[in-house]
Amino acid sequence: MSALLNPAGAILLVPLLAGVILAFIKNYRIASWINLAAASLTLLAALRLLVWRPVGLGSLLAVDDFNIVFLVLNAIVGFTTTVFAKDYLAHEMSSGHLKPWHIRFFHPLYQILMGAMNLAYLTSIAGLMWVQIEIATLITILMVGIPRTHESLEAAWKYFILGSVGISLALFGTILVYSVAQPVVGDGLPAMAFTTLVANAAKFDPDMLNLAFVFILLGYGTKAGLFPLHAWLPDAYAEGPTPVSAILSGLLLNLGIYAILRFKMVLTANPLAMAPGPLLMTLGLVSVIFAALMLYRRSDLKRFFAYSSIEHAGIIAFAFGLGGPLANFAGLLHMAMHSLVKSGTFFAVGNVMRLKGTQKMAAIRGLTNSHPALGWVFVAAVVAIAGLPPFGLFTAEFLVLTAAFQQQPLLAAVLVLGLVISLGGLFWRLNPMAFGEPSPNAEDRHGPLWPIAINLGLVLLFGIFIPGPVALWFQHVAKLLG
Amino acid sequence: MSTFAFDVSHFLSGTILLLSFAMLYQDRLPPLLNIFIAQSLVLALSITWQAYTQNEPQLLITAGLELCVKVVLIPFVLYTLIRRLKIHRTVETVVGIGPSMIAGMALVGLSMALILREHPAIGGTAREDLAFALSVLLLGLLMMVTRRNAVSQVIGFMAIENSLVLAATGAKGMPFVVETCVAFSALVALIVIGVFLFRIRERFDSVDVSILDHFRGEQP
Repeated sequence: MSALLNPAGAILLVPLLAGVILAFIKNYRIASWINLAAASLTLLAALRLLVWRPVGLGSLLAVDDFNIVFLVLNAIVGFTTTVFAKDYLAHEMSSGHLKPWHIRFFHPLYQILMGAMNLAYLTSIAGLMWVQIEIATLITILMVGIPRTHESLEAAWKYFILGSVGISLALFGTILVYSVAQPVVGDGLPAMAFTTLVANAAKFDPDMLNLAFVFILLGYGTKAGLFPLHAWLPDAYAEGPTPVSAILSGLLLNLGIYAILRFKMVLTANPLAMAPGPLLMTLGLVSVIFAALMLYRRSDLKRFFAYSSIEHAGIIAFAFGLGGPLANFAGLLHMAMHSLVKSGTFFAVGNVMRLKGTQKMAAIRGLTNSHPALGWVFVAAVVAIAGLPPFGLFTAEFLVLTAAFQQQPLLAAVLVLGLVISLGGLFWRLNPMAFGEPSPNAEDRHGPLWPIAINLGLVLLFGIFIPGPVALWFQHVAKLLG
Repeated sequence: MSTFAFDVSHFLSGTILLLSFAMLYQDRLPPLLNIFIAQSLVLALSITWQAYTQNEPQLLITAGLELCVKVVLIPFVLYTLIRRLKIHRTVETVVGIGPSMIAGMALVGLSMALILREHPAIGGTAREDLAFALSVLLLGLLMMVTRRNAVSQVIGFMAIENSLVLAATGAKGMPFVVETCVAFSALVALIVIGVFLFRIRERFDSVDVSILDHFRGEQP
């Protein structure tokens, strides 16, 4: 009981308990309410973490300045996704797209996924983090396959093959890190704990550490969807149920980058090891340019936003590769903002698809005329994703560019090019979808818009002004990242 | 560590690598599965030997798990699957046997070059085991890339898992958490894979993954 009262315990135990209970509940209506209740409790616990930080969680768990950002973000996006999923699934069931046996295990899997992601952030042990990311991967594979169509099965299979290869490479990297740490730190858990790894990194063998980081980058980079490891991503985003697309782009992408950053801190603490910056910057820039160009050739709405996620993962990788307090600050802000905006966008996309009965962009016309509320929310979401003011992604991208022009003007120019190309792609597609003569509707009513409003509202707030304590806190983490 | 213990450990790891090569050139499913069983068996032996030389009895649990899951349970399910699906008996290779063997040798050379340089910082059998494990991992990747059949891709993936267990057990005193979870994940992976294989069969009347390409969402 005391573990449940501790917010750090609650964000792990609530999803776990809810997952176990939900596994026995057959009625999907009851299940969706329990799911919502669990997500709300997790959100409350995570918000409590903001004001009261538990200490002495044992040798496996630790709340520090770095992971707390992501725990809170996970809970917020997890909550709004639950609200959206509740409506989405109810509609898919009533329209006959999904049968009860399709989504029998959606809710328990969802809660266990949230619990696994929270534990991945909360743990201070590299091995345990890997296990949680593996669990998250397996669950999302199952979830992508939920619609049981040709396309979703192919997407799930592709995700399974590439995801498990990625996750294997990441484990090999983790084992390599352990084997360089073990002679210095000694056997057992300390040689796996991030704090001792960073503290003793200077004494590690630099060559092996480099090799380990390459494996980690390739492994967890697959989760983040960095080019050329992205091949599974558009399929999985496009063919899975829309709430799963929101989770994949809003939360799992961040988890992959978080894992890379944890190991980057170890690498930068060793002066003889290679600088991880150039590697991250190259992967990042190539991802941005590639994804920006791919935006123009898409005909499927969800696939379109999937490529936009690859672009944003690229910008984030570039920011952290650049390094320094300003770029790291921008990278963190970008991760937080992108997670909120992109999940919100997928909620909007889900509602648009419900109205038009298709995810082909050619069949979606004049949304602001036929459904002003949804239409303008959709426009706002795309404006936010494009990184235009007054939204928070603008602040983040502006800071990345400022840092880039200070440190690497040439690379900054390439980044600007990528951003402009993607801006063009986004608006070229948005224009006919949002304005002009409406296309015929499959249905008249769409679901509630307030989950999107919460996400976009937070992003708007951060675009207009970043609250003082939050800014200080981000600055502190940015320094930690080196 | 005595030279003898060292040699035995090398011998076992080397055998695992050799069996990986044997998997590369098998062009029918049942023998491929047999070689996988042999590899897992040698791996279990190698873990037992590590448990003895490192004096870490909990590694015996890992060895036992390996034995149950990868030598008995998974092969049994896959045999049943192969029989039930009446999969045609030849494995289609995308690249020929010769080129893939040469590619395999190049990969082994690469991993030796990467890890077996002078690294006094890593002691015991860990360094050699890591080199062997990296080779087995890369060969498993090669197999997944060159095979089209879903079952042989799965076997390739499990060979990769074998390499990870080899690396994890070779690293002295690695926390036990990781090893149980690798074995556990193999089991979960099997469930996932099993479900998918059945559904792929149900949907496409074949386990040839290349047929899936028709259903790519990219085409208008």
